[in-house]
Amino acid sequence: MNPRREFFLLSNGASVPWADVPEWPAEAFVAATAAGLERGGRLCAWFGVPEKSGTRLVAVIAFDAENTLAVGRSAPVGKSYPSLTPRQPQAHLFEREVWEQHGLVPEGHPWLKPVRRQNGGQPAVGEFFRVEGGEIHEVAVGPVHAGIIEPGHFRFQCNGEEVLHLEIALGYQHRGIEEALAGGPQRATMSQMETVAGDTTIGHATAYATILESLAATEAPLSAQWLRSIALELERLANHAGDLGALANDVAFLPTSAACGKIRGDFLNLTALLCGNRFGRGLIRPGGCKQVLEAARAAQLAEKLRGALAEVNEAAEWLWESNSVRARFEFTGTVTASQAAEIGLVGVAARASGLVRDVRFDHPAGWHRFAPVPVAVWPGGDVFARARVRWLEIQRSAKFIEEQLAAPAEGEGFADPGPPAGDTLAVMLVEGWRGEICHVALTDRTGKFRRYKIVDASFHNWTGLELAMRGQAISDFPICNKSFNLSYCGFDL
Amino acid sequence: MIAAADILLRLAAWLLVAPLLPGIINKVKAWVAGRRGPPVLQLYFDLAKLWRKGTVLSTAASPAHVIGPAAAWVALIGAALLLPVGPAGASLSFRGDALLFVYLLAFARFCIALAALDTGSAFEGMGVAREVSYAVLSEAALITALLTLCVQSDSVSLATMLAPSAGTGAALLAAGLFGVLLAENCRVPFDDPNTHLELTMIHEVMVLDHSGPTLAAILHGAALKLLLFAVLLAEAVLPLGKLTLPQAAGALIAAVFAVAVAVGLVESLLARLAFRRVPLLLTTAFLLCLFALLVAWKGGKP
Repeated sequence: MNPRREFFLLSNGASVPWADVPEWPAEAFVAATAAGLERGGRLCAWFGVPEKSGTRLVAVIAFDAENTLAVGRSAPVGKSYPSLTPRQPQAHLFEREVWEQHGLVPEGHPWLKPVRRQNGGQPAVGEFFRVEGGEIHEVAVGPVHAGIIEPGHFRFQCNGEEVLHLEIALGYQHRGIEEALAGGPQRATMSQMETVAGDTTIGHATAYATILESLAATEAPLSAQWLRSIALELERLANHAGDLGALANDVAFLPTSAACGKIRGDFLNLTALLCGNRFGRGLIRPGGCKQVLEAARAAQLAEKLRGALAEVNEAAEWLWESNSVRARFEFTGTVTASQAAEIGLVGVAARASGLVRDVRFDHPAGWHRFAPVPVAVWPGGDVFARARVRWLEIQRSAKFIEEQLAAPAEGEGFADPGPPAGDTLAVMLVEGWRGEICHVALTDRTGKFRRYKIVDASFHNWTGLELAMRGQAISDFPICNKSFNLSYCGFDL
Repeated sequence: MIAAADILLRLAAWLLVAPLLPGIINKVKAWVAGRRGPPVLQLYFDLAKLWRKGTVLSTAASPAHVIGPAAAWVALIGAALLLPVGPAGASLSFRGDALLFVYLLAFARFCIALAALDTGSAFEGMGVAREVSYAVLSEAALITALLTLCVQSDSVSLATMLAPSAGTGAALLAAGLFGVLLAENCRVPFDDPNTHLELTMIHEVMVLDHSGPTLAAILHGAALKLLLFAVLLAEAVLPLGKLTLPQAAGALIAAVFAVAVAVGLVESLLARLAFRRVPLLLTTAFLLCLFALLVAWKGGKP
């Protein structure tokens, strides 16, 4: 192998024979990855592929400005390799995960502890970073919370009401999804994908379906791609509307809170109109969509969409016009643009820090190649910016759906893609409503999954919440948390 | 004998009417939000349910955990008996009972805080720290308001102090006392009685570990305190002493109802404050009461 070879470049949703993925010795691989990230790349995935003689590391880097993805791999590593994290903090969780899953020690990792490993009935959360001092106190929240929400543990180091440091320990929702996927695709695989994160059913299902189509060197029919893009934006609409309401609820602002809870249901019902399920389960299959949206239902969808959009705009207007709400949202939980870039934030949180970063725009695949969505960005990086980006995206998603409904793609909605190719690596990024979803599949000789890696936006963004809380009042944690609204099960897998 | 019956009747009235107020507030909030909302009598049902339940005690808890809420409840009843009800006067009235009134309220707060600290939970400690820090400011405003009434009626007995209207400074006093009422009763914009988020709670987090009858005592005590402040506000502002008995009763009931609706509207239309801004609003309430005091002192008697 020539150690000076570059990463293999591919576009979003493409696949590459495993043998063509360039290989480096571990140290050179880490250096090459760091060099790629330093010249503007973003780490989308970093995982291990176990082999007899050790574990290979695989890196997927996104070069947003060049609309290109890059993959590379290392030679099998026995025990340890020089850590990437000191040079690129965005790799810190990935390296912890590889250490946990394959026992590869990243030498020089500043904070090596488990990510989600089960230790008996509980995740092994490890030691927490502690701030020492007579006036410092520690607040432990969760995993059992006072509301019906997912479990996670939050450890605050506080000086009075001020948070000096927050560390988040997850893993309570670990279901072993990635392990279950190996050896697939099986009959259950599609359903497992739809529940990686239940509120992002369309996002993960689209990523998985595209991976299988890509492995079979085919594409879904255009009308299926069209319908998937509509379903993806409906999912975004429902969740963003719900989040605006939840943010209002957390500052006890009743009008928007009450209205948005109802409007979220309206948007979910639009997805139900597409496929009979409010979360879009059963809509997307490898090879296309199970449903066809005929003209009558499309017209009904467009009409109901207009109604729900008018309502959500009214409810959001109350929010923006209330001084008491703005006083809570502005300058709360700030993540600066440079912090966001350093830790590799994605999705709403990244765009609210002023980073122009959207898979639909940077790495268009599927229908987004024909119908681009403008990126919604707001500077500031605070709770207000994250709420504002959500509202902007509501406008743009609704406009997108309206335009697409006016010009439907015709033809069959489903074509059997055929079996996946053997010894092939496929990568697919989807801009889910939270942010970037990355699926990477590697098949064995027979076309079965040798390794299937899922990276939800939450995996990148939980660190953003930790940074956002530094120097904040501990009582502002709930609105900061809600402004990110990250997935626990999508992280824990 | 008649005195005992009088006390019992008043006691029953205070205890029975109090849980109505939170019901009215919730109805107003539901109405603004376009929901049907819980029944007005919901708190009565909740209290009945809690009373029948058992109490779950932490192994770290001492008897103070149970005695605290009970003592606080009794202290609030004592305060209620000191407060005159319009022209019917108070059950107990003596020179300086205004001071005892303030101290009973403070004692009730102390008991609840003690019971909360007793669990050793970090949350409850946090809630207590918040509660007592804000109490410093809201008590100052309350004492200033009572001082205003003292100055203009030349008396330190609640019955005499509350008989006439607050006169020229009434509007100032009403605004200041309404602020104190919101803060003391943990309403928006100071606290959010509906939140499930431990980290943002003040009063709610202090009662997280209570259950069954002790929780019922706390909830009922909170409703009683709300009624106390609503009656105090109404009597400080309205000249009930000059009205006939039916008129005064009607005015008092209408005023208390109006206060409950106002609390509901504030809660519907305002977001709650960030904690660092709470002292600002409480200081404003204190200043309003202080100006009312200046008006009463220098502005002559009504």
